[in-house]
Amino acid sequence: MKRAALALLLLAAGPAVADSNLPPARLAYTQLPNAAQEAQAKALMETLRCLVCQGQSIADSDAEMAGDMRALVRERIARGEQPAAIRSYLIQRYGDYVTYDPPFSWVTAPLWITPLVLLAIGLLLARRLFRKGGA
Amino acid sequence: MRRLLIWAPLALFALVFALVASGLLKPGDRTIHSAMVGKPVPELAMKPLLADRPGVASAELHGKPRLLNVFASWCIPCIAEAPQLLKLKQAGVEIDAIAIRDTPEAVQAFLARNGDPYARIGDDPTGKAQIALGSSGVPETFLIDAQGRIIDQHIGDIRADDIPAILAKLEAAK
Repeated sequence: MKRAALALLLLAAGPAVADSNLPPARLAYTQLPNAAQEAQAKALMETLRCLVCQGQSIADSDAEMAGDMRALVRERIARGEQPAAIRSYLIQRYGDYVTYDPPFSWVTAPLWITPLVLLAIGLLLARRLFRKGGA
Repeated sequence: MRRLLIWAPLALFALVFALVASGLLKPGDRTIHSAMVGKPVPELAMKPLLADRPGVASAELHGKPRLLNVFASWCIPCIAEAPQLLKLKQAGVEIDAIAIRDTPEAVQAFLARNGDPYARIGDDPTGKAQIALGSSGVPETFLIDAQGRIIDQHIGDIRADDIPAILAKLEAAK
C-alpha cells in the first residue's frame, strides 16, 4: 500500500525546471525556407557561443537562450543582414566572449602568435639536432 | 651555458606550478558582463505585458536615474529578490521591468504573491530585449542614469547588503 502510494506520488512529481513556460521562438528549431540563407545562418550559429552553457555553440545547444539567439540570427539573415554585422551586434552586447572566431587584437594576439612561435622553435631545434646527427 | 640550461626544466616546472596554483587559488570570473555598461540604453520597444501599466520603450528611460530589472515569473532567485526591490521602491527608486518569456497570468500571480515594485513591464517573449541589453540570465538589474545611459549591471538577485551601494550609485547618477 505504502509502495503504491509512493509510486503514485512519484508519478505526480514534476521536475523543478528553470525554463520558461513559453514555446521556443519561431525560428529556434525551424530552418529558413531559402537554403542558401539557412547555410549562412548555420555557419554563423556554429561560431557563436551559447552564453548559458559556455562550452557549446548556439547551434549545438538546447538551452532556451541558445534557441532565442538562433531565432535572432535566422531572422536577421532572412532580412538580408550580413553574418559579420550580426556577429558584431552580439560582440557589442557580450564582448568578444560570444564569438568562437575572436577578432585579432592585443588581447587575442597570443592565441594566434603562440602556435607560430612554437612551430618556429620546433623547426630550429629539429634543424640543430639533424645537423649534429649528420656530422 | 650548459650549467644554466640544467635549471631550465625546474624553471619550467615552477612556471607551470605557479600557473596552476594561481588558477586554483583564484578561479576566473565566469559571469558574463554586459558590454553595454557605459553606453546608452539600446533601442527597445516592448509591448506592455499587463493591461494596467505601460511597456518599456528606450525613449522613455531618461529624466531620472532608475533600475531596469530583467526578471521572470518562472525564475526562482527572482522570488528572493522581490522584497529587496520593494525596499528600493520604498526608498523612491523607479523600477521598470522586462519580463522574459512570460505570460500575463503568470506574472500577475507572481506579483500578487511576491509584491509589485514595477512601474512598467515590457513583454520580451523571445529574449530579444534581453540580448539587446547584453544580459544572459534572470535576474539581472541595469542601473540607468538620468541621461538614459547604462551605468552598471547587477548580475544575480539583489541582496539586502547590495541596497546601499545601488542607492548611492543612483544618487550619483542624477
